[in-house]
Amino acid sequence: MPGTPLPKMASRHRKSLALVAAAAAVPLVLAGCADNAKTPGSNASAGPIQVTSTKTECKVSTGSVPSGNLSFAVKNEGTEITEFYLLAEDGLRIVGEVENIGPGLTRNLVVTAPAGKYTTACKPGMQGDGIRSAFEVTDSGNKTAVDADFQKLADTGVQQYAAYVKDQTEQLVTGTKAFADAYAAGDTSKARELYAATRMHWERIEPVAESFGDLDPKLDAREADLEPGQEWTGWHRAEKDLFPPAGYTALTAAERAKIATQLVADTEELGKRTRTVELSADKLGNGAKELLDEVARGKVTGEEEIWSHTDLWDFQANVDGARIAFESLKPALTQKDAALAKSLDEKFSALQAELKKHATGDGFAYYNELSATEVQQLAALVDALGEPLSKLTSAVVL
Amino acid sequence: MSGCPFGGTSPEAPDGGTQADAVGSAPAAAPEPAVASDVGSPKRGLSRRGLLSLAGVGGAVAGLAAGYLSHDAVPAEAAPASTAGDVVPFYGERQAGIVTPAQDRLHMAAFDVTVEDRTAVIKLLKDWTAAAEAMTAARTTGRTGAVDGPYDAPPEDTGEAIDLAAGKLTLTFGFGPGLFEKDGKARFGLDGRRPDALIDLPRFPGDALQPERTGGDIVVQACADDPQVAVHAIRNLARIGFGKVRVRWSQLGFGRTSSTSRAQTTPRNLFGFKDGTANLKVEDGTLLDQHVWATAGSRSGEAWMAGGSYLVSRRIRMHIEIWDRTSLREQEGLIGRTKGAGAPLSGGEEFTAPDFGLKGRDGGPLIAVDSHVRLAHASQNDGVKMLRRGYNYTDGSDGLGHLDAGLFFIAFVKDPRTHYVPMQMAMAKSDKLALEYLKHTGSGLFAVPPGIKPGGFIGEGLFA
Ligand SMILES: [Cu+2]
Repeated sequence: MPGTPLPKMASRHRKSLALVAAAAAVPLVLAGCADNAKTPGSNASAGPIQVTSTKTECKVSTGSVPSGNLSFAVKNEGTEITEFYLLAEDGLRIVGEVENIGPGLTRNLVVTAPAGKYTTACKPGMQGDGIRSAFEVTDSGNKTAVDADFQKLADTGVQQYAAYVKDQTEQLVTGTKAFADAYAAGDTSKARELYAATRMHWERIEPVAESFGDLDPKLDAREADLEPGQEWTGWHRAEKDLFPPAGYTALTAAERAKIATQLVADTEELGKRTRTVELSADKLGNGAKELLDEVARGKVTGEEEIWSHTDLWDFQANVDGARIAFESLKPALTQKDAALAKSLDEKFSALQAELKKHATGDGFAYYNELSATEVQQLAALVDALGEPLSKLTSAVVL
Repeated sequence: MSGCPFGGTSPEAPDGGTQADAVGSAPAAAPEPAVASDVGSPKRGLSRRGLLSLAGVGGAVAGLAAGYLSHDAVPAEAAPASTAGDVVPFYGERQAGIVTPAQDRLHMAAFDVTVEDRTAVIKLLKDWTAAAEAMTAARTTGRTGAVDGPYDAPPEDTGEAIDLAAGKLTLTFGFGPGLFEKDGKARFGLDGRRPDALIDLPRFPGDALQPERTGGDIVVQACADDPQVAVHAIRNLARIGFGKVRVRWSQLGFGRTSSTSRAQTTPRNLFGFKDGTANLKVEDGTLLDQHVWATAGSRSGEAWMAGGSYLVSRRIRMHIEIWDRTSLREQEGLIGRTKGAGAPLSGGEEFTAPDFGLKGRDGGPLIAVDSHVRLAHASQNDGVKMLRRGYNYTDGSDGLGHLDAGLFFIAFVKDPRTHYVPMQMAMAKSDKLALEYLKHTGSGLFAVPPGIKPGGFIGEGLFA
């Protein structure tokens, strides 16, 4: 089904191009959800609003649509990269945007817009204020869920999550030092005891930690993931040494000390860098989804902790991280899509309840103690949660 | 060139002529060429094609019916000329199944040789040659086929392909490192014959290879437009080989994931993306010499590979469910192409060359540095290209409710040391797609000898 052509619409109603001086370098708080397929708008009969961007023109097939979900199909018929914006009446606030449209490509922008006056803009060459037109959304009678509080709710959620990341990294640094001390001192039983519990702080904020491409492999590479010639450091290096497989030769005291020192140094570096990470609602939403993907890919299969079998600690920590991200966004989400919020609540609870069955004392059963049925049950609940969770970002950001 | 149906221009081997060639040479026991007038002789065993034609081709009915009733045991009947379009010639300068148009279905099997007797291996290769020639021409295997043998003996052919057309079946044979050496010792008198390019593949980061899906002494790639035809072929070869070879692994594939001709549209992989847009095609004459066909090498012992190729197979499990939860923005970003038309993100249409230098917002490249299309592109790999011939696969589910599905990657290259290993190493290290959505669970590297001439057998040059 190669590139089904978008339905053609005559350009009925083109308003004169109003070039409004505006600062376009406003940080994009509301990233529009751009996609490349045909997405029916709220008024499915009409199809998406066709936008054609060339070097000198920005044709919009209609200048007035009823309120609801608006879908713009933006076709770049120019020779440069273009962008398309839907701006608020002031010509400054970005309601939705789709960027990086290569020549010849078509991308969709889907936004939810209440009745009011707007401005559309194409920006061929990504320069200047763009070619602008007035655009009107009339009241369709269908109340859109967006109100002025929404952005505040989303911002508050992002701040809450940032605080959580800070707290977790601090605990991670403290915990790692204690672990490293025990490990370097040769106190195997204490190091084993601290291993899984300390890693939970890492696993809770994994998407943030993983955004540092250089630190992640130093701290969390598994033996199977190593590149030829790559030095193996980090948690799993210590794991193999603490939970040795048959025939394994233990590291010397000096080697252990080296691993421990490196682990602490890399973790402190991570802590420092997370302070400057800029979070946003879409990063929270995607981060939550990625945490569940991590569970589905590595934890529920027992591949993450192949020597210690402490996968359920990581599992719980990933779920914690995802749930905190979700809960930070929940007030905003509830405004947009209360049903999704409710469904996510239920699915988090169901998964948590199942996980709890495997809790023992402060920790969990080892992965290799689980029966096939128990693993299947966990996997099913992860999938049940993962599917709606993948809709969180677009629900909040759209 | 007769191994390639596009080379049907080859004057001495139009389809009909190739069929005639085939007549005399299939059974190793009867090397003297049969004459073309044997074609269509009523004194023939029943063929799959024959049964099919019985209904369709009026003029042939009497003759074929006579053949059926006679239960004649003469092997190697030529298929009627009316089936020519459905038959890919088996004999030729190159083995079929490399640059011949990719069919829709795959059954590939790797065998371990379980005997240490050189003569037995040669005998097997001769028997396989005869059977392969028969099956690719829509005939049954053995002298008596599926239903014409003694009533109290099991039929020589398993029979499930009776009534089916040839389905463009191709059978392509290759030799793995294990055929030449085992435990550091040469086998079958093949000391010094292992080509230098037939390396032991290095371990790539992230590999999760399962021994029962990896390696093998001899590989057979069966491709056809009908899965039953492909399965029938491997099944009968395995049966002929019992006691000498044992199937080490086998893989079914559907939905070819690349095109080997400009006449074919680019198919989609299970991620829903067009795959193989930049693939080498049969029309790329000189490029095939540069990138696909092996040369005689530097030692006399490996000269038998001249005109052959190297087959790399990788079973690549895809994390389908996780992919399906990924936004379209991220999917396209990871691949570097649009999902709809398959155009590079730098613009244009499917076959527009990607512009890796084009920068988008914030100065970042439109086609990300770690995108699949960039990492795999010849321009990022010293200009090397490969001829890919992969298939989608689904082996049911994994017990956790997830599809055990992905891409069975097959590529033919001139030399894996230059044309596969560096690219795969770069992918395994940096391709975000590979890191997060793929897992390599099986692997194989095989030396695919050149084509087989009538009267010859698979790998004849190696055992000469
Ligand atoms: Cu690919």
